[in-house]
Amino acid sequence: MSTVDLLAKIPNNVDLKGDKKLQRALEEWQPEYLKWWHETGPALHQDKDVWLRTAIDVTAEGWAQFDYVRTPDYRWGIFLADAVPDRKVQCGDHFGQPAWQEVPGEYRNMLRRIIVTQADTEPASVEQQRWLAQTAPSLMDMRNLFQVNVEEGRHLWAMVYLLHKYFGKDGREEADELLRRRAGDPDKPRILQAFNNPCNDWLSFYAFTMFMDRDGKFQLAALAESGFDPLSRTCRFMLTEEAHHLSVGETGVQRVVKRTAELMREHPGKDLRSYGGVPLDVIQKIINYWFTYSIDLFGGEISSNAADYFASGMKGRFREEAKETEHTGLDQGKVIPVVQDGKLVNREVPLRNAMNECLRDGYIQDCERALAIWNKELEKSGVEQRLTLPNRRFHRHVGEYANMFFDYEGNLVAKEAFDARKAAWFLTDDDLAYLRSIMKPCLEPGKVAGWVAPPLKGIGGKDMNFEYVRL
Amino acid sequence: MKTENLQRHPDSYIHWKLDIQGPIAWMRMNVQTERGFRPGYILKLNSYDLGVDLELADSIQRLRFEHPEVKVLAFTSAQDRIFCSGANIFMLQSSTHAFKVNFCKFTNETRLSLEEYAKESGVRTLAALNGTASGGGYELAISCDEIHLIEDGNAAVSLPEVPLLGVLPGTGGLTRLVDKRKIRRDLADVFSTLAEGLRGPRAVKWGLIDASHAKSKFDDKVKERLAQIAASATNAKVGAGMKLTPIEATGDERTRKYQYVTLEVDDAGRVATITIDAPSSPQPTTPDELRKVGDQAWIVKAWRELDDAILQLRLMNETVGVIILKTRGSADAVLAADKLLLDHGSDWLVNEVRLLVARVLRRVDNTSKSLFAIVDEGSCFVGSLFELAIASDRSFMLNDGDGKVTLRVSPMSDGRLPMSHGISRLQCRFLRDPPQVARVLEHTEALDADAADELGLVTFTPDDIDWEDEVRIAIEERASYSPDALTGMEQNLRFAGAESVETKIFGRLSAWQNWIFTRPNATGEHGALTAYGKPVRPTFDWKRT
Repeated sequence: MSTVDLLAKIPNNVDLKGDKKLQRALEEWQPEYLKWWHETGPALHQDKDVWLRTAIDVTAEGWAQFDYVRTPDYRWGIFLADAVPDRKVQCGDHFGQPAWQEVPGEYRNMLRRIIVTQADTEPASVEQQRWLAQTAPSLMDMRNLFQVNVEEGRHLWAMVYLLHKYFGKDGREEADELLRRRAGDPDKPRILQAFNNPCNDWLSFYAFTMFMDRDGKFQLAALAESGFDPLSRTCRFMLTEEAHHLSVGETGVQRVVKRTAELMREHPGKDLRSYGGVPLDVIQKIINYWFTYSIDLFGGEISSNAADYFASGMKGRFREEAKETEHTGLDQGKVIPVVQDGKLVNREVPLRNAMNECLRDGYIQDCERALAIWNKELEKSGVEQRLTLPNRRFHRHVGEYANMFFDYEGNLVAKEAFDARKAAWFLTDDDLAYLRSIMKPCLEPGKVAGWVAPPLKGIGGKDMNFEYVRL
Repeated sequence: MKTENLQRHPDSYIHWKLDIQGPIAWMRMNVQTERGFRPGYILKLNSYDLGVDLELADSIQRLRFEHPEVKVLAFTSAQDRIFCSGANIFMLQSSTHAFKVNFCKFTNETRLSLEEYAKESGVRTLAALNGTASGGGYELAISCDEIHLIEDGNAAVSLPEVPLLGVLPGTGGLTRLVDKRKIRRDLADVFSTLAEGLRGPRAVKWGLIDASHAKSKFDDKVKERLAQIAASATNAKVGAGMKLTPIEATGDERTRKYQYVTLEVDDAGRVATITIDAPSSPQPTTPDELRKVGDQAWIVKAWRELDDAILQLRLMNETVGVIILKTRGSADAVLAADKLLLDHGSDWLVNEVRLLVARVLRRVDNTSKSLFAIVDEGSCFVGSLFELAIASDRSFMLNDGDGKVTLRVSPMSDGRLPMSHGISRLQCRFLRDPPQVARVLEHTEALDADAADELGLVTFTPDDIDWEDEVRIAIEERASYSPDALTGMEQNLRFAGAESVETKIFGRLSAWQNWIFTRPNATGEHGALTAYGKPVRPTFDWKRT
């Protein structure tokens, strides 16, 4: 099929057919994208039919069309949520002025940076999850993995659309770069550190989609409040897809917890390793790892970039329009604990500079809600232990608390004290080896691996026994 | 008078590590966030303040004198993902304007001394940028002979001052872009307004750096290049170097006394007097003798002391407006000490001493305080010290009638102690009558006031009846003028003749950068520099000037 034909098949609501400039940019980019998919997308089963949801428009029916499709043939589309008539800038110095339909020159570089940073996370996660299909605990899980992958791919398309459409030659170059960087490659790593960390087992995959994709939800929600309307509309539509990824993660961890709780009830006081289950402390360690890396993604606690993004109206708070009453963010402060002379002290910083922290607050609350659901599973099985989230200062690599050491409760400690507890907080080589040993594929329709409970329900009108991937 | 210890030593560097491995010297930047020169700011991301730059200046000086074995000097960072993010913005925000400019001037002098080290001392310099170099970080890199940048998808070089701060790269960045690296002006224009800068391959294409290497190969590539440079160096320096010991001074509120230099400050009158004593004991006459005496030799020590005194005035005593330059002691002793430089210039260490004297004199030239030389009884403005007399904005020579007060010109004034634009102070003085330079140089005899006046070497020659009043009134009058107007006037008048990169840098620092820094658009209540890091965005007065 020629590129022109391929373009004709791209579902979109951005008038691709009538937009010569966009067509020309995509003609060059699309073959490179497919090459990238082949090289670094799912390592297995690119030639197999997968029961996937495809968005063909933004209506209630159109955004979730189920059918068998091979992932490289997936119809990655470009969609903007419906325009809000007469939309205004939601926050900052331009609050109340008409939203921008074109890139404002003075914020061009800032916007490009925001878009590129967000865009870079999308292909990164596909790369990180490349090998997971070979150890899928069920066909439906494998299908969910591929669904997440193709939609992260579509999110890349959504961001590349903005770069192609609004940023000229620079935008095209940035779009090319997005396909050149590789998660974990020391020479061309992904921009954010957490997106270079390996994600090689299914417990990590669930935690990744629970925590990292949930960061994505909050970032997209903040960008959905952007005064640059095309960015807002793009992100609003992406959020509908992101919700599915979060539920894969949240219910995934929940299923592991449920299975672990059952095993703990059946074998009280025993090491679950003897029964092929995931010990509760291993689940806790996975939470510790991905939660702390995910809160790094929100950026520095005190940030001039965050202040600039808000002041310019390029990025709002979570549900800025619906939830907040005051939208300039001026003459208000937020208290942030900082380390001064070796002690934690509270410092009041201007609210605008603390916008990253505001977003992080909402995120942590959302995570706590999920934790409560998981703990319910423990409670139901009569298990007394509970899962927890570490303090936000614990194990940080970005922001005020980076390059320092805090214990699980957030107290400043010496490096030695931190190192001494590492094995209790994070996966050891033994833990990893054990996880690898139980991650055996379970590919018979209707069956699921022994370390995880079955999914709560089927997908796309099908039940658990459906052949979600035709191997 | 306020003073600070401006002396540094590698054993107690806080922010840098000097590591010498045979012919290769490494300077690794690792700025300690909490140990700023002054309280009130945190030195994040390898950003620097005066304390950081004092160590850098010390290291270059020390490499010159103590390490003849070094053939190549490489700069890198000991921090991950960042080479250097330039001068600390919060330090600049919290500094007086006078301090800011003098800080910028000092950093410029340090980078110029680095360039001179490469040009005159035969050492190649290389910036190994293992992370982003922005603002002053790139300005340090661009002061090196070659720049290598890591390619990790993130590292870039940038000059973000215009878009982010509403000021200019204050350490000669713009001038070096177009004048030194000869970047096309339109590309330089784009680069200087691109806050995030340019990464490896394009930065190479535009000429901003010389090479970029993938992260996994970066260390090896740089090492390989350094070894290559070291191996191809031919200029083995014969003979040992000399250790530089700390400059010491004692004093009180008014006086700072070094061995050969005395600094007195009249805070109320805003006048400082620097008196330089001639040597009173025999001085080395051969390179061997110089190596024995080391940095205690007058020709080294007196000039290092003068250097410290000038910096104390610039950085710690902002309101002092006039510097009175005086000399005391035996003219013959000064000429005898100078003779080492005249007779043994081919010895590398002697040559380093000459370069040191020349640098200190340029530091004097570039000081934004009025300079008056007082040639009175007991003075010895001869040879190298005569340069101070003609470096001054005005000179007063006592016409004592019996020829006791004299000055003497020597070959030290024939161009071996050049000004910032490469010509001698005599050439600069006699641009209207160039042959006069040679005529003056022929008069190596002691010149009394009338003779000096006739040759155009002094400004005023009052007799002893008028002397006291004339000198006093001139100083008082000078100290009363607008300090800004004087800075601008002196900067215009001191450097007649063709510009060099160096005079462009200082001229523009004094004029444009100085002006932009004080404009409301930068430092007003809503200016960009004021607003940086704060929750409000700047608002500008849009009138172009």
